[in-house]
Amino acid sequence: MKDIAEIRADFPILNRKVYDKPLVYFDNGATTQKPQCVIDAVTEVYTTYNANIHRGVHFLSDMSSEAYENAREKVRSFINAGKREEVVFTSGTTGSINGIAFSFGERYIKPGDEIIISHLEHHANIVPWQMMCERKGAVLRIIPINNAGEIILEEYLKMLSSKTKFVSVTQVSNALGTVLPVNEIIAAAHSVNVPVLIDGAQGIQHGVVDMKTMDCDFYVFSSHKIYGPIGIGILYGKEKWLSELPPFQGGGDMVDKVTFEKTTYNELPFKFEAGTMNYPGAIGLARALDYVNSIGRENIAIMEKELLSYATEKLSGINGLKIYGTSVRKIPTISFLLKDIHQYDAGMILDKMGIAVRTGTHCAQPVMDRYGIDGTIRASICFYNTKEEIDTLATGIEKVISMFA
Amino acid sequence: MTINEVQDSIIEEFSLFDDWMDKYNLLIDLGKELPVIDPKFKVKDFLIEGCQSKVWLHPDYDGKMIIFTADSDAIITRGIVALLIKVFSNRTPEEIISTDLYFIEKIGLRQNLSPTRSNGLLSMVRQMKLYALAFNAKKQIELRYGSN
Repeated sequence: MKDIAEIRADFPILNRKVYDKPLVYFDNGATTQKPQCVIDAVTEVYTTYNANIHRGVHFLSDMSSEAYENAREKVRSFINAGKREEVVFTSGTTGSINGIAFSFGERYIKPGDEIIISHLEHHANIVPWQMMCERKGAVLRIIPINNAGEIILEEYLKMLSSKTKFVSVTQVSNALGTVLPVNEIIAAAHSVNVPVLIDGAQGIQHGVVDMKTMDCDFYVFSSHKIYGPIGIGILYGKEKWLSELPPFQGGGDMVDKVTFEKTTYNELPFKFEAGTMNYPGAIGLARALDYVNSIGRENIAIMEKELLSYATEKLSGINGLKIYGTSVRKIPTISFLLKDIHQYDAGMILDKMGIAVRTGTHCAQPVMDRYGIDGTIRASICFYNTKEEIDTLATGIEKVISMFA
Repeated sequence: MTINEVQDSIIEEFSLFDDWMDKYNLLIDLGKELPVIDPKFKVKDFLIEGCQSKVWLHPDYDGKMIIFTADSDAIITRGIVALLIKVFSNRTPEEIISTDLYFIEKIGLRQNLSPTRSNGLLSMVRQMKLYALAFNAKKQIELRYGSN
């Protein structure tokens, strides 16, 4: 296995400086950096075989169509989905959730029906359901959380009823790092025949994700958060659902036959892929998944667990620092505040020391409201980060505290 | 001092420091020194909401000059606010409207004016100019039609 220096050498950007200081990149929850092989894969498309997919009879179109379909197969295998027809390319997690919220709402939701989400959701898994509920006269129910930032499972179980038509929850909280008990959530919903969507945006990159064992009905994630290119993502859906649901976008490639009187739709998965798809993105994503597999997902989980415990211990030792999200089941994301110091002030000074963290509400305002705060400073760590970088962060935080004292 | 002389003096003050940390320390000091705003103005009507830090801005017009008072929940933002007040407060509406604000760029704070930073600074400059425009319009109307 590669050592950490070799891993870091795979990501050219990690070598750069900002303000003359070595970059410490702790904003992986927002987007991850890309290994050279992914950058090369995308460049290779444009330099050697760029052509629109599924349309031409010519050599290059065949080549790019094949690479695109191979990418789909790669994703299928990575998440251990049953069929390649169940893997739909989208623009990302947000696009996937909006699509399902729209299509499911149109097909199945009636006034008074209930949709369940959790208090930990990213706005992308709140707003599309709110929009759908408004359109259909349905009701959005929220699974509450405790002070540690964990969902209260008993409350969820009480919420499930004959009115419940859909459950959509995140695998991991982007704001706090909490890992949700998705297996229990899915099993309980299935016991009353309710389908479940899992938002894997913060989950896919931190361990093994297996559609067979997870058994969710939909799983969505973004390429750019798992070391792949921006602008491409995945909607996995069980075939029984995808074949029932109407398309959420109309256009080229998703059709079987078009007349002005009526249009019939293409077969899965193309029914959901209207317009020119981001095939260089899909091909880059496939290369990113290869890269992740080459490091090993179990290895990544082990490395990140160690970084999480090191960072938690290190930051907890700082006087006046409070961590939000203290579940024992977490990814290496640490959300915190410094006593009497505005998160924006802290973030500005850390930035000047070359440390990239995110400050604010992390597109999860309800989580901040739950704690009665305006936002946090979030250090989202991943396997290519080091303990030395965590030390740099800790020193930086001490400096911030001394500046604002 | 003219508005531009004030801008130049700020540029000179910041040019004494090469290091970013020293510049930020100066901003922090300016933020701490900013005169306290009357608490009754720290309400929604005077709030310029940025994504990351809040800014309250209150204009007082005596028929000649506009006096601005302001506050922010973040100290660095308060420091930047203090600079804007140094430049724009106690000036006539015409002066405020016609001023080209160049000191922010010159002292290396331009990134704080970027719309993606969304710290309310851009909105604050815009709001100060809008108040000046409004007071100016009011004055023109009064000159033409009388104050009642």
